[in-house]
Amino acid sequence: MATRIQFENSCEVGVFSKLTNAYCLVAIGGSENFYSMFEAELADVIPVVKTSIGGTRIIGRLCAGNKKGLLLPHTTTDQELQHLRNSLPDQVVVQRIDERLSALGNCISCNDHVALTHPDLDKDTEELIADVLGVEVFRQTVAGNILVGSYCAFSNRGGLVHPHTSIEDLDELSTLLQVPLVAGTVNRGSEVIAAGMTVNDWTAFCGSDTTATELSVIESVFKLREAQPSSIVDEMRKSLIDSCV
Amino acid sequence: MADLSASGMFVPSQTVGTVLCCICGVAMPPNPANMCVRCLRSRVDITEGLTRHAAVVHCPECRSYLQPPRTWIRGLEPESKELLAFCLRRLRLPLRRVRLVHAEFIWTEPHSKRLRLRLRVQAEALHGAILEQSHLVELTVHDRLCDACSRSQANPDQWSAAVQLRQHVSHRRTFFYLEQLILRHSAAARALRIAETDHGLDFFFGSRSHALKFVDFVTGVAPVRSRSDKQLVSHDPKSNLYNYKHTFSVEICPVCREDLICLPPKLANALGNLGPLVLCTKVTNSIALVDPFTLRSAFLDANQYWRSPFKALLTSRQLVEYIVLDVEVESAEVSVGGFRYMLAHAQVARVADFGKNDTMFTIKTHLGHLLNPGDYALGYDLYAANSNDFEIEQHKGLILPEALLVRKSYQEKRSKNRGKARSWKLKSLSMDVDTTSKSRADEEKRNTEYEEFLRDLEENPEMRFNISLYRNKEYQPSEMASTADGEDVPSIPLEELLADLDLSEDEESEEADHMKE
Repeated sequence: MATRIQFENSCEVGVFSKLTNAYCLVAIGGSENFYSMFEAELADVIPVVKTSIGGTRIIGRLCAGNKKGLLLPHTTTDQELQHLRNSLPDQVVVQRIDERLSALGNCISCNDHVALTHPDLDKDTEELIADVLGVEVFRQTVAGNILVGSYCAFSNRGGLVHPHTSIEDLDELSTLLQVPLVAGTVNRGSEVIAAGMTVNDWTAFCGSDTTATELSVIESVFKLREAQPSSIVDEMRKSLIDSCV
Repeated sequence: MADLSASGMFVPSQTVGTVLCCICGVAMPPNPANMCVRCLRSRVDITEGLTRHAAVVHCPECRSYLQPPRTWIRGLEPESKELLAFCLRRLRLPLRRVRLVHAEFIWTEPHSKRLRLRLRVQAEALHGAILEQSHLVELTVHDRLCDACSRSQANPDQWSAAVQLRQHVSHRRTFFYLEQLILRHSAAARALRIAETDHGLDFFFGSRSHALKFVDFVTGVAPVRSRSDKQLVSHDPKSNLYNYKHTFSVEICPVCREDLICLPPKLANALGNLGPLVLCTKVTNSIALVDPFTLRSAFLDANQYWRSPFKALLTSRQLVEYIVLDVEVESAEVSVGGFRYMLAHAQVARVADFGKNDTMFTIKTHLGHLLNPGDYALGYDLYAANSNDFEIEQHKGLILPEALLVRKSYQEKRSKNRGKARSWKLKSLSMDVDTTSKSRADEEKRNTEYEEFLRDLEENPEMRFNISLYRNKEYQPSEMASTADGEDVPSIPLEELLADLDLSEDEESEEADHMKE
């Protein structure tokens, strides 16, 4: 089910939160509304953790993670690191990495099996990603943009990419990621997908400017309509890729 | 990507996919706003803030449009490019924000006093998408008389400078000639009105500078002296503006072509003892005098003349016809100031005397190259003339010749051509003639003078130099011309005639160039 929310009057929900299949990170806001929206959806299923990274609230763009691990930039303080280690379940490996491109959320886009990274990422970082997150790493661009973490958002069941992506690129990415992809927009025509929404296998949160059309596209490509949280199982990926819409 | 393919690298093909419009969900190629055109148009109005109504001021008299604050632009035809450009300027579009792609008129009734334009503008809508929208503008036309028209309406005869051209002689030959010159050079194009008076013409102008230009023109073609005066009409003490009426009084010297002149002794001495009897051969802005007995010539320009003005002894009105009985050439042909002369002795008799008595005169003449026995010539009859001239008495011991031939006459031959139309015609200035004081005698006199002027033009090619002649459409050369015997009457060759003005302008200028050669 896709929900429309706002963080302190901003529709860029993906900037202030990080949602995975095992946990959810939320920024510390002035009012508790943002946090309570997440709690209402997810409280019984996965932990919802309020945190900051490096003293900032833009946690969604600074960290990258999936159900197996979480990668933090070098600007994370020790207290934040400890807080996160304490709050998150034990299976999740929390790792702080030293990377020149410290906005990991903008550079890395991942689900539980595959990750797309910024083409200029360090080799060591790439190995770390493969190690900590347990994913296959591909260096790619999306519609000519190198910040793959901003312009595409995908879960284990589908993905949404920048609207200007050509059909050939869409096919190529689909093959790499093994999920159906669609080019679309969020937040009333905004092209920065991952900043405008955050998604996992059964739920998605979008900015409140998202129109009904965009919401229906999101719900259909991420297959949120029939998804139940209990049926998170490793699914056999289909060998045939179909792009919906 | 483009430079990569130009450098020869392989670039994979990129097909643009379709996304859904975020508002209405219709599939469309992606654009910067990610909304379909209709949703974008319904949300964003780029013509917001553009003027929809404007006013334009139009003068119904001269059909010009006002460009504030004070310029009136003429020649703007309805639905023309220039009018479109003018209207667009009046609208003052914010060209930094919107770009004008197309503009056209929507037809309105001319009496509706509305001008409608349809503009197509392009501007940036949200997120950098460029939107093109059509925009209607209505301009209201207000009628108001422009300053010039209102002034001429209030007082149509209002002139502010006048030139009074005068010549104190009893004929109007000079004015006929000047009229043709003025027409040729369009010197009186700015004149509001031209009035004819006895002894001259009055020209009225709207501004002093126009009048001055005209006076300069006349000074260049005739020996004149002029003076100017002004009269205060109104006075604005606050802004120190003074409104004057200027008058230029221009007097042309009374000496004309073919006049017999007896020079005052001082002037004769100053010119190198030129025989006191001289003939005037040409009057432009200087007077050409020739001594018929010594074939010496002199030129007097306007200043020199007016310093010691003199009058003619006998004018061409008093020419008498002579028949030449015998010619004896005395000297060789001489070219003096562009004219050819030959001294000769001739035996002549007045035509009036010819059959009746034996009065003959043996005289010296300068027309030896033209005259043959049996020819007719015109000359001054000094034998019978009773001249009461002051100057002649001044010269002590002056012996007057009995006759002085001036030019050859084609009178007999002309009588054959009498009544026939000429192959050329002249245009004339439109002038106000005071008809109340004219009598029939005056009109007849004027007609004969005009006829003589036309004859003069035929005979003298150098006089035609500055005049435009037009081909007469009604003229048919008759068969009788082929049976002319002996010498032909001089007529103007066809190449010299300009086609009339209703032919194309190129032809006219070509022929004019030809004529100047």
